[in-house]
Amino acid sequence: MNNRIDVKKTYKLFINGAFPRTESGRTYEVKSAKGVFIANPCLASRKDLKDAVVAARAAQPGWNKATAYNKGQILYRLAEMLEGRRAQFVDEIITVTGVTKAKAEQEVSESIDRLVWYAGWSDKISSLSGALNPVAGPYYNFTIPESMGVIAAIAPETPSLLGLIDTVAPIIVSGNTLVVLASTKAPLSAMSFAEVIATSDVPAGVINILTGKKDEIAPWMASHMDIDGLDITGLTTKNHAEIRISGAENLKRIFSFKSHDPGRILAFMEAKTVWHPIGL
Amino acid sequence: MEIPVSFDYAPAPESRAIVSIKPKYGHFIAGKFVAGSKHFPTINPATEEVLSHIALAGKAEVDAAVKAARKAYTTTWSKMSGKERGKYLFRIARIMQERAREFAVLETLDNGKPIRESRDVDVPLAAAHFFYHAGWADKLEFAGLGTSTKPHGVAGQIIPWNFPLLMLAWKVAPALAAGNTVVLKPAESTSLTALLFAEVCQQAELPAGVVNIVTGDGSTGALIVNHPGIDKIAFTGSTDVGKIIARAVASTPKSVTLELGGKAANIIFEDAALDEAVEGIVNGIFFNQGHVCCAGSRLILQESIADEVLEKLKVRMAKIRVGDPMDKNTDVGAINSKEQLTKIIELTAAGDAEGAQRWSAPCELPTKGFWFAPTIFTGVTQAHRIAREEIFGPVLSVLTFRTPQEAIDKANNTPFGLSAGVWSEKGSRILWATQQLRAGVVWANTFNKFDPTSPFGGYKESGWGREGGRHGLSAYLKGVGHE
Repeated sequence: MNNRIDVKKTYKLFINGAFPRTESGRTYEVKSAKGVFIANPCLASRKDLKDAVVAARAAQPGWNKATAYNKGQILYRLAEMLEGRRAQFVDEIITVTGVTKAKAEQEVSESIDRLVWYAGWSDKISSLSGALNPVAGPYYNFTIPESMGVIAAIAPETPSLLGLIDTVAPIIVSGNTLVVLASTKAPLSAMSFAEVIATSDVPAGVINILTGKKDEIAPWMASHMDIDGLDITGLTTKNHAEIRISGAENLKRIFSFKSHDPGRILAFMEAKTVWHPIGL
Repeated sequence: MEIPVSFDYAPAPESRAIVSIKPKYGHFIAGKFVAGSKHFPTINPATEEVLSHIALAGKAEVDAAVKAARKAYTTTWSKMSGKERGKYLFRIARIMQERAREFAVLETLDNGKPIRESRDVDVPLAAAHFFYHAGWADKLEFAGLGTSTKPHGVAGQIIPWNFPLLMLAWKVAPALAAGNTVVLKPAESTSLTALLFAEVCQQAELPAGVVNIVTGDGSTGALIVNHPGIDKIAFTGSTDVGKIIARAVASTPKSVTLELGGKAANIIFEDAALDEAVEGIVNGIFFNQGHVCCAGSRLILQESIADEVLEKLKVRMAKIRVGDPMDKNTDVGAINSKEQLTKIIELTAAGDAEGAQRWSAPCELPTKGFWFAPTIFTGVTQAHRIAREEIFGPVLSVLTFRTPQEAIDKANNTPFGLSAGVWSEKGSRILWATQQLRAGVVWANTFNKFDPTSPFGGYKESGWGREGGRHGLSAYLKGVGHE
C-alpha cells in the first residue's frame, strides 16, 4: 500500500550558517554497513576550507563577546534540539555503522549529555583556571583564560556523533570559533547535527562543518595562517609529525585528546595576565 | 639666586673585586666541572675586554650531560619526596641571595646591562623564582592541574643572553620543583653567571646530575633539541629559532614550551597621566637596552596628545644616562654583542629608508664596546619593517590613532602577542583595552613588571606555554589533559 517515494536529503557543507555545496563540485559515496548506497556528501576543497575560516574569523569577536551565561544557554539549546531529533540520529547511526539500536541510542544519549556537561563549563572554567597572583609589590595582578581564536579540528572517525560533540563543544564553549572536518566514512551525523546548530541560536560562522578526506584537508588546515589551533584527535598518529611541522609556520597550538575533561577546554585558551598599580 | 642649569653626576663605579673570573671554563656535568675540548672567548660588551674562554660542547659533552641527568632522575630526584626537593630549592634561593652582589657584578660585566638593573631586578628576581617554586615542590597535587600529573623526566633548556641568570631561574626552578632534572645551555655570549650558578648547586649539595650545564652556541642547542634522551624542551629566544625547534621535535614525543619574540604595543590614551606614561614609555623600551622580548617597542599615541607626549619624551630621553654599565647611575648600558648592534643598525636604516623620521637622544657614546643611543622613529606606518620586526634594541617606533578601536586594531596587527601596555586614568577603558589586546601579559599604567607568581608568555607567534605562577608549573608536568 505504501508506494510513496521518500524524499532523500542532500548532504551539503555547513559554512557561515548556510548549507552550500562544495565549490569544487566533488562528492564521494557513502554506503551503509550492508553496502547499500546512502548519500553523496561533499568532498570539501581547499577553497571551502578557506571560506569556512573566513566565516569563523568574522564570527569570533561576537561569539567571544557573548557572556558565559549566554554561551552556556546556547550549548544547552544544542542539547535540547538534539534530544528532540534523537530518532533521526539513531536511525542514521544504525544505517551507516550497522550497530544495534541499543548502541545507537546510547551514543545519542551520551552526545546529548555531553553537550549539557560542556554547557555548564562556560561560566566555571575562568574561576577554576584564573588566578589572582600575589606579586611582591603594590600591583593588582590577575590571570584569566581567554579564547584562542579560530580553531580547526579533525573529528574522530568513530563514534561519529559523540566524537564530533566531544570535538566541537570544548572548543566553542570558551568563545573560539571552529572549522571541523566530520568523520569521512560516517558523515551523516555531523551534517544532520549542522541542522541542530542552525536551529539553536548558535551565531552563523561559529561552527563550520566540512566533509571530505582527512589526508587532503588536514595539511591545508595545518598550513593555513589564520588558524590559531588544531585538534588532531581524529588523525592517526602516523600523520601527526607532518601536521605539526606544517603547523609550526605560525606556531599553531596542536593537540590530540584521549578524554573529555576541562583540560580539553583549556588547551584552546590563552592565559592573559594583567597588571595594574595600586595607590592613591 | 641663580640656579645652576644642571648638575653633573660624579662617577659611581661598582667594584668588580667581588668576582673572580677564571681564564677558562668547562661544563658542569654530574655535579662536577669537566674540562671542555674547544673554547671561544666571552667579552665584556662595554669594553670588548676578553673576560674568559667558554667551552663549546659537542656531541660527547651533551651526551654525558643527558646521561647524568637521566641517572639523577631515575636514581635520585624522581624518588625523592617533594618536601626534600623543595628544601634544595630553598637552599639555592638563599645562596643566591647571599651571593647576590657577586652575581650582579658578573652579570653586568658579561652582559653589558647596567649594574642598577642586574642588582635590583635580575638577581633578586632570580632568587625569588627559586624561593617561589621551592614551595610548590611538595604541593603539586593541589595545583589544580589534574590528579595524575608526573614530571617529564629530563628537560633540555636553552636560554637567551638578555637576562642570563633570570632566564636560568625561570627555567631551572619550575623544572626541579616539578621533579625533572635538567640540561641547561646558556647563551653563547653570556655563560658566566650560569657557571657561577653551578657553584651554587654544589654549595647547596644538590644531588649530582640534577642540574647539568653545557656551554656553547646554536650547534650545542641543536644537539640538545635533537637528543633522544631528552623528554622536554624549554626554549627562550627568537621566533625563527622557536619554529625550527617546533619542527625538529614534531615527530618525537617531546613536550615543548617556547618563549619567543614580541613587538608590544604601548597605547597611550588622551586621558592618561602623561608624566607617568612618559616614564612608562621609557621603562618599556629602554629597560635593558631594549633587549627585552616584551619591550614596549611600538608606541601607539592618541593623536590629540601625540605632540605633547613626544615633546615630553624627548626631554626625558635627553636625561637618560648611557654608558659604563658598572656605574650605578647608568640607565642604559652596552648592546650585548657586535652581531646584535649590526642588526639594530640594519633595521633602523630600514626605518630611514622607508620614510620614518629618526630622533636620537643627544648622548656621548663610549668609543670602545657596542653602543646605540636611545632612539625614536615618528611617522611610522604599520607596513614599515620597524613596526613589524623585533629590533631588540633601544629603538621605539611611534604610531598614532584617533579612536580606541583603531588603537586596538593597530596593537593587534602583528604576528606576535607577548605583551602590551595601556595608559588611561579611566578604569572601564583600561579593562576594555586589556580585554581587546591579544597578548599574554598586559601592563596597565605600568610596564615591564615581573614576578614569579605572575604567569608570563605569549599568544600567537610569541610562543607556547607560560612561565611563572600556577600556570607555569604545567609546562613541567605531563598528564595535564592534552598532549
